[in-house]
Amino acid sequence: MNLIHDFSPGLFVIQAVILLVLILLMRKFAWKPILDSLQNREEGIQSALDAAENAKKELQNLQADNERVLKLAREEKEALLKEARELKAVILADAKSEAEKESEKIIKQAQETIVSEKRAALADLKNQVAGVSLQIAEELVKSELTNTGKQQELIAALLKENSLN
Amino acid sequence: MNLVKYLAVVAVMFFSFNFAFAKPIATSSSQPVAHDVHHGGQSESHGGMVDTKHEIDAYKEHHLADSHDFHLFSYGKEERKHIGFSLPVIVWTTQGLKTFMSSAFHHNDDGTYVYSHDGVKLVKLHSKIYELNSGATHLSFDADHHPINASKVLDFSITKSVVGMLLAGLLMILGFGSLAKGYKKGAIPTGIGRVLEPLVIFVRDEIARPNIGEKKYRKFMAFLLTVFFFIWVLNLLGLTPLGFNVTGNIAVTVCLALFTFFITAFSANKDYWKHIFWMPGVPVLMKIVLMPIEVLGMFTKPFSLLIRLFANITAGHAVVMGLIAVGYTAREALGIPGGFGVSFLLTLFITLIELLVAFLQAFIFTMLSSLFIGMAVEEHDHH
Repeated sequence: MNLIHDFSPGLFVIQAVILLVLILLMRKFAWKPILDSLQNREEGIQSALDAAENAKKELQNLQADNERVLKLAREEKEALLKEARELKAVILADAKSEAEKESEKIIKQAQETIVSEKRAALADLKNQVAGVSLQIAEELVKSELTNTGKQQELIAALLKENSLN
Repeated sequence: MNLVKYLAVVAVMFFSFNFAFAKPIATSSSQPVAHDVHHGGQSESHGGMVDTKHEIDAYKEHHLADSHDFHLFSYGKEERKHIGFSLPVIVWTTQGLKTFMSSAFHHNDDGTYVYSHDGVKLVKLHSKIYELNSGATHLSFDADHHPINASKVLDFSITKSVVGMLLAGLLMILGFGSLAKGYKKGAIPTGIGRVLEPLVIFVRDEIARPNIGEKKYRKFMAFLLTVFFFIWVLNLLGLTPLGFNVTGNIAVTVCLALFTFFITAFSANKDYWKHIFWMPGVPVLMKIVLMPIEVLGMFTKPFSLLIRLFANITAGHAVVMGLIAVGYTAREALGIPGGFGVSFLLTLFITLIELLVAFLQAFIFTMLSSLFIGMAVEEHDHH
């Protein structure tokens, strides 16, 4: 075989024309729409995948948010409860101390009253004793006027009695 | 795995067609006829029957060349009948453009029949049309069987190869046109598009994108896709018993490679030319030495493309025909069943390989084309 001899210039020209026309025709009617559609489809798939991924992420975020909010609420509740408990303790302690103070005050007052009452009672008693003593003295004076001996005796007895005080 | 099975079925189908066409020749010539064969590879010694080794060689050579008529098969022992149809001949002669049907040569291919047409005398010799010099009445040969009194004409005929190319183009336009139209109905192709779409994606993602780069590949897709499918379809048509041998035609592969060459040259950027004519980063002396080497490289790249495709397809056709011919040549040694059995198995095997080669050559051509384009449009990092 002789390659140079076999080379047909006419076939070469026809082939060039056919190939050129075929490339142009195929580009216009096949390759361009096909490649465009493929690209569109791939982009569509990619964007759908991205969207799904985003949605997933968003959902995760939302869940995390929910969890956070829940946790926050729980914490707040705890805090509130704690505060209330503390407040209760404080109030109780306050009330207790107040009551103690009050009771102490009352007791003190009572004691003071008792003391003053006692004093008054004693004074009264002394007065009464004095009264009784005066009556006795009166009686004695009356009887002495009748019996001097006896008066002497009585005074002695009275004095003896009185010295006990 | 299904794809492999499918390919195997197709291969067997192709092959059995080939064999079926070969059969009539065999039965019609089961009794060897002793004939002296003319020199120069003529197979007309007993009416076009192919039998002896010499005739087989001539038949092979005849098939590998382009043809002016579409010959399907021949039959008849005494008088050969040729089934096929003639194709239009368009030639540029000394007297201007001449058009006629190839039947005007009456299937003569050895230059003995002279066809006179509008004042020009034309003969057909080994699928080439010659114009006889003025005054000559018949073709004369020198000692090497080269015509001496005739010159080749510029032949724009619709030859068998041209028919093959048109058929391939038509198939492509129909197939991919329907795929393109299918996208208007929905994003998922149906029917034949389901087969074609992955192929388009294959060319885009495995050939163009990695070699040319994400940013620039789109511009070259029309060329790469067209060339890939054009070569592949023509290679496959060559495996059918229709007997096309388009991509085994040196003119066709030269044309394909030149397209790659010009596209590479015209889309090349400044860096590419700089790397060829004034290689950066080497001493001046080396720059001068490298210049002719790089310039040569510019041409050897497409040259390797055209030779690779041509040689692979031609060799494939030659081997398939040679193995079919084993049935005839080994007839005496192995007997008719033995010879054809061996021939059958070998041809089946090689046809399967040819089916792979058909794809592989289309792939390699497109791959290397995109590699060369990629080298030309590559953005170099400036050191």
